[in-house]
Order: sequence, then structure tokens, then C-alpha cells
Amino acid sequence: MSRQSVARRRLLGMIRKESLQIIRDPSSIAIAFIMPVVLLLLFGYGVSLDARHVPIAIVVEQADGQTVSLGAAFSHSEYFSPQYFATIQRAQKAFDAREVFAIVWLKNDFSDHLRRGDSGGIGVIVNGVDANQARISEGYIEGVWQTWLLSYIDQQDLNLSLPLTMQSRLWFNAAVSSRNFLVPGLIAVIMTLIGAMLTAMVVAREWERGTMEALLVTPIRINEIIVGKLLPYFILGMGGMLLSVAMAVGLFGVPLRGSFLLLVATSALFMLVTLGMGLLISIVAKNQFIAGQIAIIVTFLPAFILSGFIFQIDAMPEFIQWLTLLIPARYFVNILQTLFLAGNIWPIILANAAALAVMMLVFLGLARHKMHKRLQ
Amino acid sequence: MSSQIAISFCQVSQRFALDKVDFNLRAGQVSGLIGPDGAGKTTLMRLAAGLLVADEGDIQVLGIDVRNDPLAVQSAIGYMPQRFGLYEDLTVAENLDLYADLQGVSLVRRRTRYDELLPMTGLADFQQRLAGQLSGGMKQKLGLACALIRSPRLLLLDEPTVGVDPVSRRELWAIIYRQVNHTGMTVLLSTAYLDEAQRCADIILLHGGRCLAQGRPESFSAALHGRVFEVRSRDESKRQLQARLNQRPEVIDALVEDEQVRVIARAGTVPDMFTAVDSLGDILVRAVEPVFEDAFIARLKEETATGKRAGIATAHALPKALPSDNDRVISVRNLERHFGRFVAVKGVSFDVSRGEVFGLLGANGAGKSTTFRMLCGLLPVTSGEARVAGVDLRHGAARARARLGYMAQRFALYVDLTVLQNLRFFASAYELGREQAKRRIGWALAAFELEAFKQTSAGDLPLGYKQRLAMAAALMHEPDILFLDEPTSGVDPLARREFWQRINALAESGVTILVTTHFMDEANYCDRLLIMADGEMLATGSPVEMKARFHQPGKPSPTMEDAFIALIEGKDRARSAA
Repeated sequence: MSRQSVARRRLLGMIRKESLQIIRDPSSIAIAFIMPVVLLLLFGYGVSLDARHVPIAIVVEQADGQTVSLGAAFSHSEYFSPQYFATIQRAQKAFDAREVFAIVWLKNDFSDHLRRGDSGGIGVIVNGVDANQARISEGYIEGVWQTWLLSYIDQQDLNLSLPLTMQSRLWFNAAVSSRNFLVPGLIAVIMTLIGAMLTAMVVAREWERGTMEALLVTPIRINEIIVGKLLPYFILGMGGMLLSVAMAVGLFGVPLRGSFLLLVATSALFMLVTLGMGLLISIVAKNQFIAGQIAIIVTFLPAFILSGFIFQIDAMPEFIQWLTLLIPARYFVNILQTLFLAGNIWPIILANAAALAVMMLVFLGLARHKMHKRLQ
Repeated sequence: MSSQIAISFCQVSQRFALDKVDFNLRAGQVSGLIGPDGAGKTTLMRLAAGLLVADEGDIQVLGIDVRNDPLAVQSAIGYMPQRFGLYEDLTVAENLDLYADLQGVSLVRRRTRYDELLPMTGLADFQQRLAGQLSGGMKQKLGLACALIRSPRLLLLDEPTVGVDPVSRRELWAIIYRQVNHTGMTVLLSTAYLDEAQRCADIILLHGGRCLAQGRPESFSAALHGRVFEVRSRDESKRQLQARLNQRPEVIDALVEDEQVRVIARAGTVPDMFTAVDSLGDILVRAVEPVFEDAFIARLKEETATGKRAGIATAHALPKALPSDNDRVISVRNLERHFGRFVAVKGVSFDVSRGEVFGLLGANGAGKSTTFRMLCGLLPVTSGEARVAGVDLRHGAARARARLGYMAQRFALYVDLTVLQNLRFFASAYELGREQAKRRIGWALAAFELEAFKQTSAGDLPLGYKQRLAMAAALMHEPDILFLDEPTSGVDPLARREFWQRINALAESGVTILVTTHFMDEANYCDRLLIMADGEMLATGSPVEMKARFHQPGKPSPTMEDAFIALIEGKDRARSAA
């Protein structure tokens, strides 16, 4: 046999072994295919940053046509589920008991104030503990009130001075659904898990079980070990990615406005970055527990928290903003959100892809440099 | 061919492991690398395989400089690391294919090679079985087959026989010798079993990172000719005799074996010893042929120069008199344990008397540990009767537990706590009072010579000291019965000897001891034995009785290993006949 065919056989043997191990090991399958499904379902259905069906108290001290009509406006809004109270004291009890998130207080002179054209008859109290939820609810209450007020003025044919209203339009995510924004970002998190954590742990497993030692004493070359390890996990990770995209578009109706091919290409680039991180971790960590811990702390958690997937990077303290520049997932989340919600915006995609390419070269280069066929 | 040098080490040093090691190994024969735990055996193997680079010195393997061209070496050798280097989630055939791919064996040559290796290793019928589901002995043979896949010129085996049953060990040796004779392959193997040394053509004795000696096994024992004796007394017990002999300055080592004590005398002191022994009373002395183990122990004891200790005083006076249920401390009838449909222990019956050392002997998975855990009240009994210290385990497991000490496999110690903290913890776990705890901790530190390590983390102790600490912990509450589960696994021969000396002292003071082991030579140190296989009893009796059963014309003095193998083979024959 020629030298080349011997080398090819070594590489194929390595790839076949790695693939068989993936198929036989339920935990790799779980991380690659079951976890994406669970995470997507959890984030797609469970976690929502929108306010919807927020329980509020409406205090009606003196019922009349106006209060009934305003109450109905709140009931009809999908953002609120109102409960009615006759006194502010009772409503406050419910508020303290956290049964309601906000109180809309229509005082007994509500209609008088309304006729006079001032807003002294209505008061709003919002629970500010969850600042995000409070701001959103406050805005929605304001919105319901403004809409109702306009129709009231219209019906009564009153000549009241109208406050200037602003016409705003939301682009890219017209429904303002946080799901459309979360689900693409989640793909970055899932791929980080497969690429970095799974890879780091399977290499650590070889050290733990003593098979790495046997492997290193064969004529295999380091490059063959690296490629033989990376290729099967690359395919596994891309499989997890495709599954996630299919679920995002098919199940959750997230639009994919950019090119699918571009999505696959940038995902492949990101996959190589995470595999590089996984290999680097496995050089330091020679047992599965430590490899898993390191992978969670240096790859998974940053991808979750600092990538802009949930938390807006612009809103972070400046120091943390600088830190996010080191997180590969940050660039990929940016690419994903652009491709899904906006389309092929080349300047954004190219800039982020360039950052990923640099990181890929650094991580894979370091891993190749640090790995050798010695035990030290 | 035979005059060629296969491996040569020249002034090789490696930090923390090897110190100026120098030797040449001849090609075409089996060489053994022997030494206690931490001697540097594995480091030496890895250096030869090109897995490590020596800090100093030159290593030539098959005429190639390992430092310059490790790949060339790795293309010519077979290497089996500890634990065999198998992928447990691949099948037998897939493991073989992988190593054939990695070693560049062509598809054609592969077929003929498999046809040779599979029947030889007895794996032909198990090709589709996952390696993880093979028995220890089969894993070892698969590991060997993977290392032999390309007919290497040199085979390196790192402790290939650890934890493997004697039958498989014998088969492994047969395979190795066949390869050596047929292909002229060179073998270097490291081992902790001293009886295996005798099977090697050449021995390297490694200790503390230095090469102490090299030569044929006979050359080691020849130096002890006329200095090894078997002594028995009519007046005192074998253990009293051993304790007394051990204190004599002329004695290097005294060891209870069967019904007598085996003694190695210091060079030039033999006449003195006879007069000394004479004063001990009615005694029978018989000179015997030294074996490699005698030489090894003598050599290492002289090397470590610990000198003679003032006798190991582990014994504790038993405070409470046992209820005299005719001295039968443990009584087991038809004991069974099922795990689902798997029967781990089946129909086991035996008795143990007070002060007896009772051994459970068997390969991994024979049911020793399961039996043990039931007797300690850690595992409920499926059926049958078990009484420990007069208490029926089905009703009073907790009461029985207060009377016994248990030392688990691999020493259940808190590795992050210091020696002192471990002892304090176990004292409180056994609910000792403040005064009593103080007294027992003081005793443990003194009797087990742990005083110097008081503030050391248990995890940082050498293995032999871990074993001491674990034993001290199990003895905190002065139990009547001591259970030791594989107490000497992985511990080097010197530490093992010392350990048995402590056991003997305890037994002499009336403590009943149950011990499991897979070391055949250790079985000889027990008063009585139970041999188990596949959860069943094969035989029970004293070591002498066991061996006497297998007297054959060709084998006038069978060893315990011969007896064990004959029993296992008898069982297999009975099964295949059925």
C-alpha cells in the first residue's frame, strides 16, 4: 500500500470509530438532538419577554357608563385580565398579595373629571419589582387609556384639545414577538453546547478510560486525530443546527428572510470556532467532569448571557460590553438575528463572519499547536 | 537474532520517576519489569513507547532513537497500556478494525491475521459483543489482540494481568510465548505479581526509580540459597511464632504460610538463627528452595533499610467477652442474592470461628463483594440465613453492625481531610465518647505509624499508607469482626506483607477476620478459604487441604493457583457436560 492510502485508512478508521461512538452513546444523541428540542420548546413556548394577560385590578368607586366602557377596553385587550374592586383598600390587598400586577383606580369623580377634560379622576399603580415587566405594562395601560380616550372624544363629539399622538411603526419584528428574537439566538447556544461541551467531554473520556494512551502509541499523526475527531462532531452540530432551524421556521413561524445557504455557511464557520474551543478545553481538562464544568463556564454561560441572545449588549456596563467582544456567540447571534428577521444585510454579516473567522483560526491554531503525541 | 539488543536505556532520568536507569534488553525473549508501586514502571514503558521524552539520557528501541523519531518506533511496536486501551462502546470486531486501520494493516493481511488471533484469544464467538460487556479476562485478551494486530517486533505490556483471574492470566502467558516462539517477537512486560517473574527469561528490578538489578529469575533466588526455611512449632500458634521470629535481628522476613512460617535469614547469620530458634522450644525447621519472591522481598527490605521495627502492635485487647455461641462468630446457610433476574450469589454456606482469618477467593465478578456486603448488613439478603456475632441479619442488621468493622474496596477515605480529621470523623461516626475517641486516635496514630502524616491530606498519602489509615478507621470502635474487601489490591508486595502482619496480630488477639482477595499467594496466609466462581461456592477448607486435593503425579506440590485453576476447569467441564 502506498503511504497515502495508509494515511487515508488511518483517518477513515478514526472517523468510523468516532461516528460509532456517537451512535452508541445516548448522551451525545441527547445533547445533539433532544436538548435542542427541549430548549426550543422551552424558549418558544415558555419564556416570553412580552406582557400578555397581565392580571390588573380596576377599582370602580362609582359605576357609570364611562367606567363600564373603559373596563371593557381593558378586558378586550389581550394584554390584560382585569379584576374589579369597589374600594382601593381591597385592591391594594390583592396587589400586596401579588394577585394583581397593577391597579387602575377610577375615583368616584372620574366622570366629572372626564367631562372637564382633565385626568384627575384616574390613577395608576404598577408593581415596579420587575422593572422590565413594569415598563411594558405601564406602556400598555397608557395605550389602552389613550385609545379609549380618543374614541370617547369621538363619540361625545366633544371639542377637547387632543394631545399630539405619535405614529410609530416597528420594523423587522412587526408583531413585537420576543419569540422571533429569542429562537434564532438559541441556535447559537445549542451549537456551542454541541461543539464545545460535547467535544471537550469526549476527548476527556478518552483520557479517563486510557484509550488516548493506546491511540497515541499507534503511527497515527496528530492532524489525523484532530480531523478524525472534528469531522463527526461537525456533522452532528450541523444536524442540530438544521433541526433547530426547521423547528424555528416550521413550529414557531419565525421568518427566515435571509438566504438559507448563507445561514448554513455562517453556521459552519461558527461550528468550527466552537469545536476549536472544545479541543482547547480538552487539552487542559483530562476528566469529563472538569471538561464539562470548564465548557459550561467559558463557553455555554457566556453564549447565554453575554451574546445579546437575551440581554441587550448596548444596555450592559461599558466594561462588560468590551468583554462581549471576546465571546464568539455574540457575532453569531448577530448574524442569526439579521438573517432571520432582516435578511441578507451584507455589511453586518461580513463584519461578524470576519470576526468568527479570526476566532476560528486562533482557536484551531492554538489547539493544533498545543496537542502533541506526548503525555506531558 | 537472539544476541541483538531490542531496547537500551542509557543513563535515563525523568523527573520524579526515574534516576539514571541503565539496561539493555535482548531481542526475541520475554523480559519482566518488576518493582513496587511507584517504582517507575509505567514511566519506563511510556518512555520506550515515545509517549514521554526523557529529561536526560538516551533510549534506543529496535535500533531507533526514540527522542528523534518516535513515529518510527510507534510504527514497529505494539503497546498495551494499563486497562487495555479498549473502546468499551465498540464491539470486539470494531476494536480490531480500528487498530488494524491505525496500524496500516492491509485488508488482505487483516483477514489472515484475524483468523490467527481470534481463535487464539478465544474471542471468535464474541466478535459482535461490545468490549464493555466482556469479562476482565476477555478484555485483556482483546487488548492483547489489538496490540498484536500487525505482528509487532516489540510488544510492551503495562501490568497486563492486574485484576484478571488466574485462568486468563495463564492463557495470556501462553499466547505471549506462542508469539515469541513463532515470530521472534520481543516482549517487555511490567507486573506486580511476583510469581509471574519466574516465567520471564530476564528480569529488571526497579525500585524508587532506580534499576536495582537485572538477570535471570534464578540468579535472584540463587543468592538466597540456604537461607530460606520453613519453621513450625508444637508449642505455640503459627502467628505467635511469626511475631517472635520477626523480632530477631537475624531474620529479614517471616511470613505465615499454610501451617508454618517461612523465614528468610540475613546472610551469614544462619547458624545464629538456628541457635536462636532452638531456644524457642519444640520446633521443626526445614530448609527450602528460595523462590523469586523471597529474593525480591529480601532485596527490597535491605534496600529500603527500614531496619527492624519493634514488632507491629496493631492488636487491641478485646474489651467485651463474646457471647459464647460455641465460638462460631459467623454462620451462613444457603445465602442468596438476586439483582433482578441476575443471581449474584447462590447457595453459599460457611462458618467462621473466633480469631480465624477466613478468605474469600475468586475472580472479579465471582460474588465476593456481594457476599461481603450482605454480611455487613449493607445489602439485604434475598434468601437464606446469615448470623453475624450471634445476630440474625434479617432482623438486627444495625445491632450486628456495631460489632463489626468494614474496610471497603479502594479505601473509603475522605481524600480532602487530613489523616487526623479522617480518624476524628470515624470516631464520631462510631459514636465514641470524648475520652475513648482520644485514646483510640492515639492508638491508631501509634500502631499504624501515621504520626508523621497526621496533617497530610489522605489523598496525598502513598497507597500503602492509605491502606493503613483505612484499616485504622475500620478499627476505631474495637470491633470483634473485621471485614476487608480487596484490601491489598494495587498495593506493592512490601506493603502487603506488612499489612498481613497486622492482620495476623489482630487475629491472634481474637478478632475474627474476613478478607477477599484475588492474589493467590495471599490465600495461603488464611486459616480457611472459600473459593467462589459465578456466585457459587467451588470449595471450602484450609489452604493445605485445598492444595492436597490436586496432588498429581506430575505435580507433587501444587500451588494455590493450580488448585484454583483445576477447580474452575472442573466447573466448566461439569457445565458443558450438562
